[in-house]
Amino acid sequence: MSDLTLGPEVAQTLPEPVWKEIVAAFARNRLAVVGLGILLIVAFVALAAPLLAPYDPYKVKLGEQFLNPSWNHPIGTDMFGRDVFSRILYGTRISLLIGLVPTLISMTIGVILGLVSGYFGRRVDFLIMMLADMVLSFPSLLLAMIVMYTLGASLLNIFIALSAVGWAGTARVVRAQTLALKNKEFIEASRAIGTKDIAIMLKHILPNCLPQLLVLFTLNIPDSILSEASLSFLGIGAQPPAASWGLMVAGGREFLFNAPWVAIAPGIAILITVLAFNFLGDGLRDALDPYLKS
Amino acid sequence: MGRYIIKKLLISIPVMFGIMLTTFFLLNVIPGDPIALMMKDHISVDVVARVRAQMHLDDPVFIRFFRFLGGALHGDFGISYKLNRPVSYLLATAFPNTLALALSAALVSWIIGIPAGILSAVKRYSLVDNFFMGFSVLGVSMPVFWTGLLFQYIFSLKLHLLPVAGFKGPLYLIMPAIVLGWSSAGTIARLTRSSLLEVMRNDYIRTARAKGLREIAVVVRHALKNSMLPVVTVMALQVSGLLSGAVITESVFGIPGVGRIAVNAIQNRDMPLLQGSVVLTTFLVIIGNLTADIVYSWLDPRIRYGNPEGKK
Repeated sequence: MSDLTLGPEVAQTLPEPVWKEIVAAFARNRLAVVGLGILLIVAFVALAAPLLAPYDPYKVKLGEQFLNPSWNHPIGTDMFGRDVFSRILYGTRISLLIGLVPTLISMTIGVILGLVSGYFGRRVDFLIMMLADMVLSFPSLLLAMIVMYTLGASLLNIFIALSAVGWAGTARVVRAQTLALKNKEFIEASRAIGTKDIAIMLKHILPNCLPQLLVLFTLNIPDSILSEASLSFLGIGAQPPAASWGLMVAGGREFLFNAPWVAIAPGIAILITVLAFNFLGDGLRDALDPYLKS
Repeated sequence: MGRYIIKKLLISIPVMFGIMLTTFFLLNVIPGDPIALMMKDHISVDVVARVRAQMHLDDPVFIRFFRFLGGALHGDFGISYKLNRPVSYLLATAFPNTLALALSAALVSWIIGIPAGILSAVKRYSLVDNFFMGFSVLGVSMPVFWTGLLFQYIFSLKLHLLPVAGFKGPLYLIMPAIVLGWSSAGTIARLTRSSLLEVMRNDYIRTARAKGLREIAVVVRHALKNSMLPVVTVMALQVSGLLSGAVITESVFGIPGVGRIAVNAIQNRDMPLLQGSVVLTTFLVIIGNLTADIVYSWLDPRIRYGNPEGKK
């Protein structure tokens, strides 16, 4: 996600110094670099959670409930005597996975539908765009909620729900780009020498959408993370005792007055992660700005 | 103009139909018997069968869909499994609360977002700009449910300024409106800023400055009007975000609105109630989108005649 190289196809279409410029423009943006740094730390925490966490995040210790933050428990303990800090560290795993996997799946769907819609036009286009309009007319949380109602509340089902919900925006962007490109000379030339439609879409059109897609990807990730957290908070997402940040906030809600850290701390973790992705996405957009318009 | 509106209206009919189709099938494919669930174990098989027949649950799914559709057109969404009252009645009671919440949140977002965006653009790269843009990105990045709890903790539990939760008067609306409005305010501020900066690059702005107008007059009289175009559109498109956010805000602050109904309906597996609240909400979003289209084309006639994004 943080990798700036967009793949060999684009590198071929853009001369080498351009990439240096993009990287330099990105590096000048301090907030974006900070965001990238935070995300690298978050990713490291997710991978190394078992090594970093001082306690077992699921171990219930009755008699040690609601301990104040201290050296032994940096963010105190929750209503089951579990170490909040360890649970927050493990929570990075769920949030990053939810951020990355469904976003990747839904964007892949969006790319395919957008390419097909823009390239073939006519009825296919009309149908796909109607479908996209439909999906976009559902408030995204609500659509995810009905999918969760049908599938049942579980972490796995959130993956499915978010994958099914998020494709429409991507499809529109890719379609617009495809429309702008499909009558350009280099596409016509390619068609003239007998290149198959699918090869034109994948080799010539898709690489030219990559800057947009990269920005969209980084900015869609925080949306997925927030959706998971919200669904889990509402009780229709991850189920106890999962170390999901949204669920942890919900669990601590009743004890807000006497043990505010149980609910407040996981929210700060969400905030920092989402903020870092937004900084990164904004930085990428600014750095890639000259290449975002077709 | 009229033709444009009619065209947009006609397109939204199949979209609405598709939404009802999707909602219905998503909610009706679940295995398991809602009646058995509703009545638990202490009811005999015959009774379940009779109630099923009464509610037409044994009919083929397509017939049930068209019955649902026909009912919905008359504002009839069936009877809530759990509360045993007409869904339309329950929604009609809850809707004003959601409307009050959404409108006041929208108001908050405009009152904060637009001035913040203008100031940021005028004082670009200054401390003010950084402050407001930080405030905006914070609004977009904070989980609404968490901001809600934080506000409750600070302003109710610690400072005793506002009521924690419930819905018994305007005072109860202040925190939810700010919490929900903040996230939209961020979007609006960022958009206002970038749009104003874009407009400020135009030649007629340079002309206005050259003839000796003060900077404030240049911004207010010449730049602002043109830069508000995308902002106005986003205001109408906000409906979707506000209603999504209302689901969470209502749950946090215990406001008996449509979003809370939907969440409770999911927890109680109350299909008709969930179905009704989803259809109502998406209907509002479509109206919002339609308004955005119409307002935009009214403000910018190029849209009506031209082909802005290659759209057909």
